[in-house]
Amino acid sequence: MSDATNELGETSKTGLKKVRRLPPEVSILAVLIGIALVFEVIGWYVVGESFLGNKQRLSIIVLQVAVTGIIAVGVTQVIITGGIDLSSGSMVGFIAMVVASFAQTSMNARAVFLQPEYAAFGMDWFIDSSLLWPLLAGILLGALLGYINGLIIAKTGIPPFIATLGMMVSARGLAKWYTEGQPVALLNENFTWLGQSFNLWGFPVPRTVIVFFIVAIICHIALSYTRYGKFTYAIGANPQAARVSGIDIGKHLIKVYAVAGLLSGLAGVMLAARAQSGQPNMGVSFELDAIAAAVIGGTSLTGGIGRITGTVIGTIILGVVTSGFTFLKVGAYYQEIVKGAIIVAAVVIDVHRQKKKSRA
Amino acid sequence: MARSQAVSPQTMQAVRQSGAVPQSEYLLEVSDVRKEFPGVVALDDVQLKLRRGTVHALMGENGAGKSTLMKILAGIYTPDSGSFKLRGIDIRLKNPLDALQNGIAMIHQELNLMAPMTVSENIWIGREPLTRFGLIDHAEMNRRTAALFERLGIDIEPEIKVGKLSVANRQMVEIAKAVSFNSDVLIMDEPTSALTEKEVDHLFRIIRSLREDGKGIIYITHKMNELFEIADEFSVFRDGKYISTCNSADVTRDDIIRMMVGREITQMFPKEPAQIGDVVLSAKGLTLNGVFRDVSFDLRAGEILGFAGLVGSGRSNVAETVFGVTPADAGTIELFGKHVDVSSPSIAMAHGMAFLTEDRKETGCFLLLDIQENAQMAVLQQRYVNLGFVQQEKLNKAAAEMANRLRVRTPDMNEPIINLSGGNQQKVLICRWLMTNPKILILDEPTRGIDVGAKAEIHRLISQLAGQGVAIIMISSEMPEVLGMSDRIVVLHEGRVTGILDRAEADQVKIMELASR
Repeated sequence: MSDATNELGETSKTGLKKVRRLPPEVSILAVLIGIALVFEVIGWYVVGESFLGNKQRLSIIVLQVAVTGIIAVGVTQVIITGGIDLSSGSMVGFIAMVVASFAQTSMNARAVFLQPEYAAFGMDWFIDSSLLWPLLAGILLGALLGYINGLIIAKTGIPPFIATLGMMVSARGLAKWYTEGQPVALLNENFTWLGQSFNLWGFPVPRTVIVFFIVAIICHIALSYTRYGKFTYAIGANPQAARVSGIDIGKHLIKVYAVAGLLSGLAGVMLAARAQSGQPNMGVSFELDAIAAAVIGGTSLTGGIGRITGTVIGTIILGVVTSGFTFLKVGAYYQEIVKGAIIVAAVVIDVHRQKKKSRA
Repeated sequence: MARSQAVSPQTMQAVRQSGAVPQSEYLLEVSDVRKEFPGVVALDDVQLKLRRGTVHALMGENGAGKSTLMKILAGIYTPDSGSFKLRGIDIRLKNPLDALQNGIAMIHQELNLMAPMTVSENIWIGREPLTRFGLIDHAEMNRRTAALFERLGIDIEPEIKVGKLSVANRQMVEIAKAVSFNSDVLIMDEPTSALTEKEVDHLFRIIRSLREDGKGIIYITHKMNELFEIADEFSVFRDGKYISTCNSADVTRDDIIRMMVGREITQMFPKEPAQIGDVVLSAKGLTLNGVFRDVSFDLRAGEILGFAGLVGSGRSNVAETVFGVTPADAGTIELFGKHVDVSSPSIAMAHGMAFLTEDRKETGCFLLLDIQENAQMAVLQQRYVNLGFVQQEKLNKAAAEMANRLRVRTPDMNEPIINLSGGNQQKVLICRWLMTNPKILILDEPTRGIDVGAKAEIHRLISQLAGQGVAIIMISSEMPEVLGMSDRIVVLHEGRVTGILDRAEADQVKIMELASR
């Protein structure tokens, strides 16, 4: 969590060398600003307009990545424990389908759960809410699938890569099975409201982005200030030592994977609301974008290192790159090629950083 | 200077291939060899002379320097100084391949075979016979393996996968591999540690036939009876120093033990008399299949119970079982008079136990995290947490106080623990456990690999804790430490308790006898 490249040597009273470190996010943020400025400059020369000066574009940048960002916040925690979650993209697809089916205009909770003649004790708004029930369904289903991931990993001891690969394939199957491949459309407006933007000082702000930031803040607090967070880092840093320190590794891993699943579920809800439908092929390869965002943000695939703030910046970097290439009218194929290179470069830097640290 | 005269390994190899190897009395002759590691002198001007056609045993306690010397002979370490003569010619080995190509082969304690590959492939890897199309000639390779096995009297199918072989058979394959290099010098590091009696007999037959071929065998062992059965000569080491070389026919068991342990207790151990209280931990018939059997002992409040025994005697395993890391297959543990099923470390901790593990790096430190977090990880199970939130300020204060009490030398509690010295890391780990206010403290090699100053501080601390009524189990390979600190000493040998000695009756010779019978 500390970055050897950013240190200011300073001698303390004890005569021992005291090192003050800048948080590693500073260097990632610098990369983000650097990339944005490069697009700005090229933009003036090539396109003849400002890249960053366009409010619409700025909101699109974040909107584009907000859904993968929510997933990335979850997968960051999984990677910190030394694991990986490949199932999030497929879970988004399946959950978007289920959520959409709960949010169709023709349905509400009264129709699903209660007889029409039931009195609602003045709680009609609650029972009839076409926002609450799909949201709950998505989150709970996500948490359940994540819990299954964690349970399999903790109880059988198989590598997280394999366990979540299995879930990835199965969840995609579930997404197709749920409606036999048909999309679910015509969603209630109360629900799709979640996927739209509101105006803030002239900026169109998508609600998805707000959800992303709230999720990021909550998880940042959880990782930094709670026992849950301390144990997450401990397990990734040294599982044997964590076990001897009395941490129930299996139990904790189940929690972390359930949290990651819950966030995938939330991402599915937001995606369905924004797209105003559920489609079985939604979320394909989102898991890779999320992992990429975490890694670019400084999360180490070997575990024990990573912060949500870094992941948020990593997510935005991916958004800026995508948006910047579109702005420069670079074809989608080239975009993917470059995105791949960026991910590899981020890991190379990470490995280099680790080596430097272990030499110190 | 020896270095300027030294023949390069390549020249030596060429000479050897030409067949014009000069005959000399000793196959291998090293003298004045010195090797330092940061903070420790591992070898202090030692010597070793290996005659043709003999088995030469290396004896000594853990940490006497046997392994370091052996690694120098095998080219794994290069000595800081000293002369190294192979067949009477000065030589400097730069790496294990040099050693191998010059006829020195080492059979490692942890076997170095590739389980998914066949026996033949393992033996001839990197030297595979080729067909005229440049492909590997498996038939020829298997033929060579069969011939080699026949010569050595080994009965293993060349095409079987190594993963399917027993440990003993893998060892045979390793030996065959070493012989296949036409090695003159074979180094065996405790080759019998995992073998049954019958397998040992077979191994000894092979060793004898190698000896008759004029090869020299360096044999490291802790087992006294093997020494008399197979070794012609032996050399004793102690604390990195060479003690002496004798013919094994000329000495008795007691002579050897005296040579191995014959040091004076020079360090002072500040053992303060403590009020010994009630039994707090009582282990009865603890068994972990294949590791230790029927281990029973009592531990009282304020008592320091030493655990002595050689590496592999099961000392650490017993500690791990008592702490719930590897729950016992049979036997019971009573804590404060009540039977407790200690099936996980958190259960042990809930009953006031703490466990400082042997391997700081593997099972102790979170090397990626800072001192603060390392010190706090265990206590978070019990205190300083409110509704899931860590009471960081209170906790930091407590950790800093504890670190201060143990004199952890660091400018900053937020420093990564990896930047601390071994002694200070150890103190941080002790902090971690003392913060949980343990009533039973298990210390596995509490002072391994740390400097003398820190060692004395840790000894003083252990003594203080006992004075405050903490019951302590202390495992140590260092005889003076065990003798100096313990109220009673449990001696283990091959997974069994061979004796429990009182402080008054214990001495090095008695312990050594019980530990190596």
